[in-house]
Amino acid sequence: MPDTSSRLRELRVEAEAAIAGAGSSAELEGLRVRYLGRKAELTTMLRSIGELPPEQRGPVGKGGNEVKRALESLLERRTSELEASELDEALRTDRIDVTLPGDPPQLLGHLHLITETRREIEDVFLGLGFSVAEGPEIEYDYYNFTALNHPPDHPARMLQDTFYVSDEVLLRTHTSPMQVRAMEEQEPPIYIIVPGRVYRRDSDATHTPMFHQIEGLAMDEDITLGDLQGVLLEFARAIFGAEREIRLRPHYFPFTEPSVEVDVSCFKCGGSGYLGDGSNCNLCKGSGWIEILGSGMVDPNVLGFVEDDGYDPERVQGFAFGMGIERIAMLRHGVPDLRMFFDNDLRFLEQFGS
Amino acid sequence: MRIPLNWLRSYVDPGLSAAEVAERLDMTGTEVERIERLGVGSTDKFVVGRVLKAERHPDADRLSVCQVDDGSGHPRTIVCGAPNVATGQTVAVALPGAVMPDGTPLGEASLRGVSSSGMILAEDELGIGEDHGGIMVLPDDLPAGAPLQEHLPITDEVLELEITPNRPDCLAVYGIARELHAATGTALAEDPTESDAQSTGGDRVEDHAAVEVADPEICLRFTARVFEDVKVGPSPAWLRQRLAAAGQRAISNVVDITNYVMLTCGQPLHAFDLDEVRGRRIVVRRAAPGERMVTLDDVERTFDCDAVLVCDAEGPSGIAGIMGGQISEVSDLTTRVLMEAATWVGPNILRSSKRLGLRTEASARFEKQLHPELAMAGQRLAAKLMIELCGARMVPGTIDAYPALARPRVIDLRVERLEGLLGQAIDAGEITQILRRLGFAVEARAPAVLGVPVPYWRDVDVQREADLIEEVARIHGLERLPITLPSRRRAVGRLTHGQRLRRRLEDSLRDRGAHEIVSWSFISPEALDRLRVGDMPSLRIENPLSEDGSVMRPLLLPGLLDAARHNAAHGAAALALFESAHVYRPGESLEAPEGSPRGRTPADERHHLGALLTEAAPGTWRRERVPADFFAAKALAGAVLGAAGLEHAVEPATLPFLHPGRSASVRLAGGAEAGWVGELHPLVAQAWDLEAAAAFELDADALAGEAAAVTVFEDLTSYPSVLQDIAVVSPAEVSAAQLEAAVRRGGGDLLHSARVFDVYAGEQVGAGNRSLALRLEFRAADRTLTDEEVARSRHAIEAALAEIGGRLRA
Repeated sequence: MPDTSSRLRELRVEAEAAIAGAGSSAELEGLRVRYLGRKAELTTMLRSIGELPPEQRGPVGKGGNEVKRALESLLERRTSELEASELDEALRTDRIDVTLPGDPPQLLGHLHLITETRREIEDVFLGLGFSVAEGPEIEYDYYNFTALNHPPDHPARMLQDTFYVSDEVLLRTHTSPMQVRAMEEQEPPIYIIVPGRVYRRDSDATHTPMFHQIEGLAMDEDITLGDLQGVLLEFARAIFGAEREIRLRPHYFPFTEPSVEVDVSCFKCGGSGYLGDGSNCNLCKGSGWIEILGSGMVDPNVLGFVEDDGYDPERVQGFAFGMGIERIAMLRHGVPDLRMFFDNDLRFLEQFGS
Repeated sequence: MRIPLNWLRSYVDPGLSAAEVAERLDMTGTEVERIERLGVGSTDKFVVGRVLKAERHPDADRLSVCQVDDGSGHPRTIVCGAPNVATGQTVAVALPGAVMPDGTPLGEASLRGVSSSGMILAEDELGIGEDHGGIMVLPDDLPAGAPLQEHLPITDEVLELEITPNRPDCLAVYGIARELHAATGTALAEDPTESDAQSTGGDRVEDHAAVEVADPEICLRFTARVFEDVKVGPSPAWLRQRLAAAGQRAISNVVDITNYVMLTCGQPLHAFDLDEVRGRRIVVRRAAPGERMVTLDDVERTFDCDAVLVCDAEGPSGIAGIMGGQISEVSDLTTRVLMEAATWVGPNILRSSKRLGLRTEASARFEKQLHPELAMAGQRLAAKLMIELCGARMVPGTIDAYPALARPRVIDLRVERLEGLLGQAIDAGEITQILRRLGFAVEARAPAVLGVPVPYWRDVDVQREADLIEEVARIHGLERLPITLPSRRRAVGRLTHGQRLRRRLEDSLRDRGAHEIVSWSFISPEALDRLRVGDMPSLRIENPLSEDGSVMRPLLLPGLLDAARHNAAHGAAALALFESAHVYRPGESLEAPEGSPRGRTPADERHHLGALLTEAAPGTWRRERVPADFFAAKALAGAVLGAAGLEHAVEPATLPFLHPGRSASVRLAGGAEAGWVGELHPLVAQAWDLEAAAAFELDADALAGEAAAVTVFEDLTSYPSVLQDIAVVSPAEVSAAQLEAAVRRGGGDLLHSARVFDVYAGEQVGAGNRSLALRLEFRAADRTLTDEEVARSRHAIEAALAEIGGRLRA
């Protein structure tokens, strides 16, 4: 019995030393067969335990199994160590040139700056409770002029040089025709904005024959010029910054009365007219204000055209406004030339609307 | 409109700088575009001088050496090149050190050996006029040495105003003076047209001339006065300076008077040489069709019957309200003048001036409809000046053809209504004060109602209560308005289904690498020819800026091609572009109905989404570049349709601008046509200098019409599906879509999907055949399928394939 116990200890010491010294997983496999295989001394010893005297069977069985478990665990640990280093070795030879270019990323395109700006303005007015209405660009003279209080041969028509498709059909010169279309279609109250392309027969450094506008119309029983100021102040702050102020200047549009032009305080000089270095602000030309849109209270003559649709000028009143999308975008993004919007040069397109 | 400040200040002088005046006008509705400085910057060193002696320069025939008294007691020597300088003249002198209008300081100079210390000035050298014919000769009673600016407006500022078409009264210096008076409250000088001149003599105007208005509908008023003993000559310096500052050239005193009156009060006048008026008779009538005459600008013009002519006994002598004729033009020899001040019908003048392509200072005023009262106002001011400046005698009486007397309009203004529109109460006292300052008389009518007669010069613009409210609001100050938000009765704002969908589709293209462009809605007709669809129905613009932009595009493709070419020319040959915009086709009719079209549209406009690709995937060091082809475009179109949640099918189609074998139409599951996809016809690509490209165009309106606004829940199936791959050999002319349709027909309800994943053509399947590999997915919502069920379905599929000549490949 002392023989068996000491043999177990010897075996363990011998096997542990052999496993620790193994240099490859093949060698380890040999050691596993040698010390734990079916014909191994330890295996034989444990298998023949029944042949021992009863008082020895317990200690030998216990000690033998302990050695077996210890060797198994050691083999496993050693195997994964060796495999890891062998893998490392193999990977070390699997080399690529990491400085070569990667695959091109999935390219993202861009929305046009006009679309980006239009959506942003739309979202501001959606938040203020306005819906978005759209209408035809090829329009009847009736909606573009007559019903907007521009009678035939009225000098106000000279304000907008017009493309004609026929005597009575033209390319709309503003998004305002939708005012009348919308009122014909829907009883008050009405709160809409109308984005879209408009056309004027004009082409120079600051005019293109096609550009984009956003019209606004709010009609209800008690809308005031003060409300117009409030709505446009919210708009100006959302688009040009929370610090902005607006001011209304009296003006003339045939389809609003009173009519006003709206200026926003300059966001470059903060409205002071001067830049940090004391020079005149080049954005607002030193005035502190930048004109952004035209607006006013809807003219009773316009309502006269939709009186039967529920717009009695004695009971319903409201405001309308119109702004150029390109102008807003130029101011906000510092685009120097209107014509860039229509050149569709990738170097321009890629800068916005991702 | 140019408003010289010196002139304006002669009527109202609030003691403000030009910038401050501009600010007050701006904030009360008269837009000042810019302020221009005229004349000299500093009036220092500009004095009145007297020429004590003028002698010819010893070495230069055209120069004079002058001794000039500058008030210092020591005559100074000035060399002068003007032909008209002479001993004894009183002149304007710049002393050394004076800064000339262009900024150069005047120094001492030696001219051909004679030193000159100073300069005797001509009008243009002071920047106050255009005359460079000679030096200015001033009245003799001015003391030598007196500061020049006390006697001559040698410095001035001009406000350049943008006058809106509703305010013809502001196309006049006194009109602006009224505005400035209202804006500042500073006292306003008497209206210069208020008082009349004194006529003399025992004759009557009717003894000299007659006026006949043939058609009272074309002339609201025609007044005429006659002046005799007229001495035509140059106008005095003050008048010349005012005209020059206002941008009018001085011509002769008579003509200058007509211009001056127009610039002062807004009424254009016309002066006839009465002796050249044949028959001493003026006839106002419509032009006969094709009638001709030569206008003052030396152009022969032909009229239609809408134009109104002012004629003498024998023929036309001027176009009413637009331009006079040469025939009775005032000249140096004129001694008798007939002065016309008329009131024309605005729309008629606008129409005629547009048709003739002739817009003048006069027509720009008449077209906005002047008031008949203004005609006599103009006559009064002109008469005073004719007597004062031309030494004329005014013949007693005025010929006045004024068939329908214009009575002043009276408008009721409800104080409550004003508050309701502005959102701010202004009390009746303040309203009254503001309106009076603007020239409106105001009388209390009923409690809180004011009766407001409109002064004649505001008649065209102020016709309703709302117009009066605007007057009050702008003078009261818009900056004092409250800032409020509407008390809402409808509070939800949202995009429509179609608008949301369009954003989604645009985003899906953007997220797949396409750049959005915005191109012109109008194209060249030749672009349609290059697309080989020259006969495509389209709308033409009657008055395009150029032929290149004369057709409203019936499809987006040409804009995409133009943009592709532009970028290719700048080295960006590989691109994906898209546009989201309207296209235009003729509608039923271009004629408008009587009255409102009630929502109808004159053209057939659709919102399209178009894309153009020249590359499907870029080449890299480990992958070949994939040029754009049909399938790349189809995939992108499919992504868009997928984003809309729409099932669709493509079928071969022939479009003239696409490769005939590589083009297809897109049809939605519901059957609606949605657009096309294909590779460009090589000739089209070539016409735009592109190597090859694929494109598609989808009708976003059609997509929105079919796409579900609300998606309905489909039960999740938890039973496993059975996947099987089959290879089908069929004649090559059987399309994949036909094959797939047969598979679906045979597969019935159990076949959930069938997808082509490989195509093979070659020896193994026989000539004229090809083999398509499909992955079939069978499943049922309520059970696990048995092998037997799947096998039955497979048999049915085989049978259906056999009907179209297909068989499973062994």
